[in-house]
Order: sequence, then C-alpha cells, then structure tokens
Amino acid sequence: MAISKFNYNSFNVTPVASNALSFNSNADGFTTQGASSMVLIKTLTASTSGTLNFVDGASSVVLDDTYPVYVFKFINLHPDASDAQFGFQVSINTGSAYGVAITSSAIESYHGGVQYNAGNDLAQGTGLQFITNTVYHSRAEESMNGTLHLFNPSSTTFVKHFMSRASRMNNTNFIEHLHGGYVNSTSAVDAIQFKFAAGNIATGTIKLYGIKDS
Amino acid sequence: MALSKVDFNNINVTPAASKALKFNSAADGFETGDLSGSMVLISTQTASSSSTISFTSGIDSTYKEYIFKFINIHPSNDNVDFYVNASVDGGSNYNVAKTTTFFRASHDESASEAAIEYRASEDVANGTGVQIILQQMGNDNDQCGCGTLHLFNPSSTTFVKHFMSRVDGMAHNNQILSDFIAGYFNTTSAINAIQFSIEAGTIESGTIKMYGIT
Repeated sequence: MAISKFNYNSFNVTPVASNALSFNSNADGFTTQGASSMVLIKTLTASTSGTLNFVDGASSVVLDDTYPVYVFKFINLHPDASDAQFGFQVSINTGSAYGVAITSSAIESYHGGVQYNAGNDLAQGTGLQFITNTVYHSRAEESMNGTLHLFNPSSTTFVKHFMSRASRMNNTNFIEHLHGGYVNSTSAVDAIQFKFAAGNIATGTIKLYGIKDS
Repeated sequence: MALSKVDFNNINVTPAASKALKFNSAADGFETGDLSGSMVLISTQTASSSSTISFTSGIDSTYKEYIFKFINIHPSNDNVDFYVNASVDGGSNYNVAKTTTFFRASHDESASEAAIEYRASEDVANGTGVQIILQQMGNDNDQCGCGTLHLFNPSSTTFVKHFMSRVDGMAHNNQILSDFIAGYFNTTSAINAIQFSIEAGTIESGTIKMYGIT
C-alpha cells in the first residue's frame, strides 16, 4: 500500500517562514512559533544615511504592544563627514515628528576613571538623546557599538524607561557610556529615530529585537 | 472535492497549550515541547498589590545564567525602595549573605541635580537582609521602574553566586535614578529561589519575567 505523506500545506494553519508547528494557547488548534524569546524584528544598514528610523507598521517594523521589551543593537556605526555624537529621539505619531520630552542621566567610564557627563543628559529636553559622545569620522577604524533597551513603549499609563550601554574608541582611549532615562509621556511611543548630531551615518547596522511576552 | 487539512487532534500526540510539535529524542515519534533558543522565557509574574513576588521554581542547573526583567514596577506607596533577596531552601527563608556594590546616576527634570555617586549606605557587607535594587520609587500614576538583573550559575555548589542589576526609575521627586548594583551571594549552597519586595506598602502593579540563557 502506498504511503501518503503530509506536506507543509496539509496542516490547518497558515505557514510562516522558519517557524515551527505549535499548538495554540488553548491546545485546541494549531499555530506557528518561532524559537527563542529574543526575536529579530528588523535590520537597518546605513549607507550614508541621514537617519535610521524604526516606525511601527512600516517596512515590517513592529514597535507596539507585541513585545514588552525592545532591544536595539548598534554595530560599527561610523559618521561620514563630521565628528558627532550619536543618539536618538522618539515619536508618538508614527514618525511624523520626533522629539518627545526626555529626562535622563549619563555616566561615562574611560581608561582610568568614571564620571557624570552633564553634556549627555536631558532635563525634559526634546532634542537628541545622546547614546555616545563624539565619534570621529576621519579615523576609519573608529565606530560606536552598543545596546539600547526600551521598556513597554505602548503603555498609555506609564512614562517609557530606556537604558543604553555603548562604547566608542576615542583616539587612543576607550570610553563606555551608560545612559538611562524616561520619555516623559503617557502616549504610546511608536517610532524611534537614530542619527548623528551632524552629518550622516556612513556605515553601520542597527538591529531591532523584541523580547517575547510568553 | 473538499480539501481536508490535518487538524490539531489528528496528530499522534497529546496537545499541550503553546507547545511546539517536535520529533522525540529517538526520532521515532512526536512530542510537545519548547523550541530551542538562547534566551528562554521560564516564567512571568504579574503584581497585583503584592507585598512580594517570589520565583520558587525553575531556578536550577538547567541554565548557567538567569535574567529577570522588571517592566513598569509601580508601588502603592511613595518614596519606597525595591528589594531582592535569595533563598537556598526553596523559598522557606530569604536570607542569604551578600556583599555588594551600589552606585547610581541621577538627574532631575529641572536639571538642578546631576550626579554619579557611590552609595555606601545602600551596599551590603555580608549582610543577610534585602539588597536595594531601585531607590525612592514614586507612586504617581505614570511613575514606575524598569530594568534587569542577571544571576549567574545559581546551582553551583562550588562557587559563590554573582549577580548584577541595573534598574532605572522615575523617582518620587521627578528625577531619573539609574541604580547599578553588583555583588555575590556568599554561599556554596545552590540558590533555588529569588524574592522581590518593596520597602512599604505593596507592588501595586508590574511584571517580572525570568529567562534562562542556554
């Protein structure tokens, strides 16, 4: 007797690329499931880019209540023509405007010491929240790297906490920046924009991950 | 001819909610289980006017690193501290000796205060009481704390157990406090439970998630 084998489309579920077949939360149907609690949502690669924007609902970006914690990773971001600080601003209107009030603190450690850096914090400021101090464009081997956590951006109850940890080579020194703060708004944050304070992002990659809720 | 698709109850395995369909270890049958990944959600606890939140299961030798994430922790009382302690007896007692460091950055909304400081009154020198991981939390409706705590190899019976946390909060006096704590639980017994608590009143709302890192 010939054996009939089930194919990918034989199951009562919509196939999702690279996901596994799973039972749903009621155990009364199928669903699909990705591995790990940390899910890559989007990768943006700079190519002399003025900004790199992650806008919920655009270009497959998810920045809503799907995940309670979002993580951005910065890999070898290098400015093109200016020596400039790197930072971010957020939006509560899907990117129509960036610049929601932030209050933040800023620590930097370097080879030989640690200090508060009043030039990197904000007090209800709507300008660029720095993640690092100046990255030098003329030194081809220098770049900034690090991580930014954004907690529960879709909350309409609480302010939105964030914390970043990033590093840069500063000529012959190494500097690490530890910044934390809150976006002082109870509106949902649904977009975030990264840029250098001047010039473009010549090269580099920013990855957005979601940390699963269940 | 009608197209018949395989439904959830047509598979030779007992359905389990939110679990994936996998081949068993002998590859001769089906089983249900979690998908592999480097960051695995173990459990989630949601506060509801809770005096404590305790994780008394799932902390064992399965993972070498555990990560707790604090999302929108909101106290009932104003100007209160958020605590952690550990247990070696499954949660019967939370009183493991610990030695820690504590430093913080602060910056208020009016920019009248901006500082980094070591907080000698908040560190612990082999004490068995609680360790503060976030100070001076505010209880306004939009105020909360968010952050992360890493616990390394809690099941070791050879080494003391290192941990490090970074928790940020919007304090009662409208400033960002970024608290950095690190230390070790000074025991060679396996730590098998962790408890979070509040100085006074309750943890009115908020979520704590525990992940294992493979």
